[in-house]
Amino acid sequence: MTSKVAMKLNVNGEAHEILAEPRELLIHALREQLDLTGPHVGCETSHCGACTIIMNGMSVKSCTLFAVQAQGAEITTIEGIGNPDDLHVLQKKFSEHHGLQCGFCTPGMITRAAVFLEENPDPTEEEIRFGMAGNICRCTGYQNIVKSILAAAADIQAAKEAAQ
Amino acid sequence: MNEIIQDKEIRAANLKGLGCSRKRVEDARFTQGKGNYIDDIKLPGMLYGDFVRSPFAHARVKSINTDAAMALDGVVAVLTAKDLEPLSLHWMPTLAGDKQMVLADGKVLFQGQEVAFVVANDRYVAADAVELIEVEYEELPVIVDPFEAMKSDVVLREDIADQKEGAHGARKHHNHIFFWEAGDETATDQAIEASDIVAEETVYYHRTHPCPLETCGSIASMDKVNGKLTLWGTFQAPHVVRTVASLLSGIEEHNIRVISPDIGGGFGNKVGVYPGYVCSIVASIVTGKPVKWVEDRMENLMSTAFARDYWMKGRISATREGKITGLHCHVTANHGAFDSCADPTKYPAGFMSVCTGSYDIPVAYLGVDGVYTNRAPGGVAYRCSFRVTEAVYFIERMIEVLAIELNMDSAELRRINFIRKEQFPYRSALGWEYDSGDYHTAWDRALKTVGYEDLRREQAERLESFRLGKTRSLMGIGLSFFTEIVGAGPVKNCDILGMGMFDSCEIRVHPTGSAIARLGTINQGQGHATTFAQIMASETGIPADSITIEEGDTDTAPYGLGTYGSRSTPVAGAAMAMAGRKIRAKAQMIAAYLLEVHDDDVDFDIDRFVVKGAPERFKTMKEIAFAAYNQAIPGLEPGLEAVSYYDPPNMTYPFGAYVCVMDIDVDTGVADIRRFFALDDCGTRINPMIIEGQVHGGLTEALAVAMGQELAYDEMGNVKTGTLMDFFLPTAWETPNYETDHTVTPSPHHPIGAKGVGESPHVGGVPCLSNAVQDAFRPFGLRHADMPHDHWRIWKMASELELHG
Repeated sequence: MTSKVAMKLNVNGEAHEILAEPRELLIHALREQLDLTGPHVGCETSHCGACTIIMNGMSVKSCTLFAVQAQGAEITTIEGIGNPDDLHVLQKKFSEHHGLQCGFCTPGMITRAAVFLEENPDPTEEEIRFGMAGNICRCTGYQNIVKSILAAAADIQAAKEAAQ
Repeated sequence: MNEIIQDKEIRAANLKGLGCSRKRVEDARFTQGKGNYIDDIKLPGMLYGDFVRSPFAHARVKSINTDAAMALDGVVAVLTAKDLEPLSLHWMPTLAGDKQMVLADGKVLFQGQEVAFVVANDRYVAADAVELIEVEYEELPVIVDPFEAMKSDVVLREDIADQKEGAHGARKHHNHIFFWEAGDETATDQAIEASDIVAEETVYYHRTHPCPLETCGSIASMDKVNGKLTLWGTFQAPHVVRTVASLLSGIEEHNIRVISPDIGGGFGNKVGVYPGYVCSIVASIVTGKPVKWVEDRMENLMSTAFARDYWMKGRISATREGKITGLHCHVTANHGAFDSCADPTKYPAGFMSVCTGSYDIPVAYLGVDGVYTNRAPGGVAYRCSFRVTEAVYFIERMIEVLAIELNMDSAELRRINFIRKEQFPYRSALGWEYDSGDYHTAWDRALKTVGYEDLRREQAERLESFRLGKTRSLMGIGLSFFTEIVGAGPVKNCDILGMGMFDSCEIRVHPTGSAIARLGTINQGQGHATTFAQIMASETGIPADSITIEEGDTDTAPYGLGTYGSRSTPVAGAAMAMAGRKIRAKAQMIAAYLLEVHDDDVDFDIDRFVVKGAPERFKTMKEIAFAAYNQAIPGLEPGLEAVSYYDPPNMTYPFGAYVCVMDIDVDTGVADIRRFFALDDCGTRINPMIIEGQVHGGLTEALAVAMGQELAYDEMGNVKTGTLMDFFLPTAWETPNYETDHTVTPSPHHPIGAKGVGESPHVGGVPCLSNAVQDAFRPFGLRHADMPHDHWRIWKMASELELHG
């Protein structure tokens, strides 16, 4: 066992100092050291996207990143994307449009969709399907996930227009 | 007193009962990352278990050296079969009447088999220790093919080599497991021989895997002070796990508490009992600490329950006009190294005998041979009732092959042979009593919606263009009509390890008029907490939003057989309705007492009891609940609770009509699904939103299986598709939009007429997609091609049909 590395990272707006083995995966540091069990491990090979988080503004699969690679990073997990009194629009739309069933993929789906909508605020259905292809869902068949993201995009657009 | 609303429509809407698209109560925790899945549970002092697994599919285990692993800092224990043997836990009984090694006892029989179990204080250390264990193997000849196994001198299961009788009768060969049959073979053969037209085909339904996004796992915590074992795990049947754990460990059942937390999808994968569960229990007993075991994706695909792997040899006969006269089917079932299929005891081939499908076939026969090979054990119903997807795929392919033989449109062939509405309840040639159906209406509606005639015309034009060299794309129209058989019991026919397949519900109404209900089932994404509350709301008049549904804790939930085979709504949903009716019956007596009238002089009205002929005199359920706890009512016990254990009189038979249209590029093998229309009849509809979601999901799993998903082995028994790189799970990009529709033919024997729906789309979707691919190539002489229809196989098929010039 190699000695642990002291590292700092900012998760969901809170500064953390942790000790991580160089080989420790980011997903394990988040889940087991910081008790953020929203992101899940589904495949360990970067295919399923259940572990998706937002790191420095980008969607990353935290099962294929070492914790030490997140030294100094700004991280948002599903736990930080909204709160019970102020849900993210995607959290609301996934529920309204039945965009989830067992819920295992949902944290990754929502965090990915949040970044996707920043990259492409007014997407077509096809763009959503392509942009979300890194996240696998076994339950919903995606149709309602796509619907949820389209509805969230429309809400975000409407809010922007109202603000202008 | 709360405000009492008079408007009936408002009251009904507030109830959120049967038939409304109530939003799911589960969503809040899942969308906010607050689900509680097995790997999210962390207990003080918890240790982590990991397996040494066999790299070989068949080998003798000469020695296991654990010294280096034990010397590693952080390793607490290493278990091998030798350690489990004194406890008689080195083997365990399977659900199919066979036994299975928990840890390799002298030999290994499939790649990925559990050889040793390491327990360490950290998951990384456990993985390191797995690498440090030296296992000396002597390779043995590998058999992955069931036909070869039945001829081979190689004895796979040496432990039962001399056993002539298996759990289901005589064994024909040392690699044979069972033979099971239904129907009259002589009469079937005679009918087929006497017929004008006979079509024969062998249909292979390839091995695949349910692959839920969350893998299997468990945490065992043995409290030695109180003698209590708590076991958390990904269990689709927690009560059965408790009984099995008690029988295996000798710990009295009241001292075992099994908890299924949130489950990240099951699809049949989480029905069985796996070595990991047993090892986590033993390790906790040995160490006195909680022990967690969670498999990784590769372990999940390689070792926990697969699905299908059925070779189905069929003969179907008909008159020249297309009326089917007989059906003969023989199945060679590849069960792998141990027979750990999850089927009701009397049905080692599940409900494969529903293979006469939706058709009025006068005589039929089914024989099934189960065979051992060096593949992983399992054989679960992957998003279907026991072997029903195999049965439906078989008959829906045989219909297509017969249509070719008759030179007839297969839509018309189906129509000619459907069981007619007036024939229900219908007794099939293989002994099932179909409860209700209206197939012609569903079929006509489906064909009309898609514009079937126009599609065929367009297809003919496309074919003409193709032949003229104007396009390289062919059009395929896939049809399927399926009848499922779900909701096992009844207890007289169906049991798992001797436990009758009833299910249960217990309701407690609180003094202020809200309630909790507990059931013997367990949600894996179906939305039970939402829909069961809707059933109860309609039965009791208590708003769904005021009802908590709880499942999965054996210390609190009544005994049930769990959730699989679409049995939750048909069985536990019925128990819910029956328990609700008991609540309502008592509420009626309380209301009558409070209103000072006879019990028969009040009527139930949405959320209250009203005096007949005096609508202004009523008591709401809220008032009644309070009275149940605060008034001394002569002749009635205080409180408002009910329990129902429901033994269904029959299974339910959901059905559906599916049509799919594909454009297939002959040169790349890419099949583009242009349209998919699914009409489902699941009887009474509880929550249309959730039904539609189930249909989308089931169809996507059908898309996976039909178009690419395969648990493939090479001849050495190596799993070739052990990660998601190779094992196909469709993404949003590959998945089409689906059109859904429904008819409603209630089940006559179910308290609310509901039949179950979660698995229908998978059962109907697989043949529909496969038929579409094959339909495109029918004009070029294709009779049958096995799934999965991935791009390579379609390309190869086109090549073999000499379409590449």
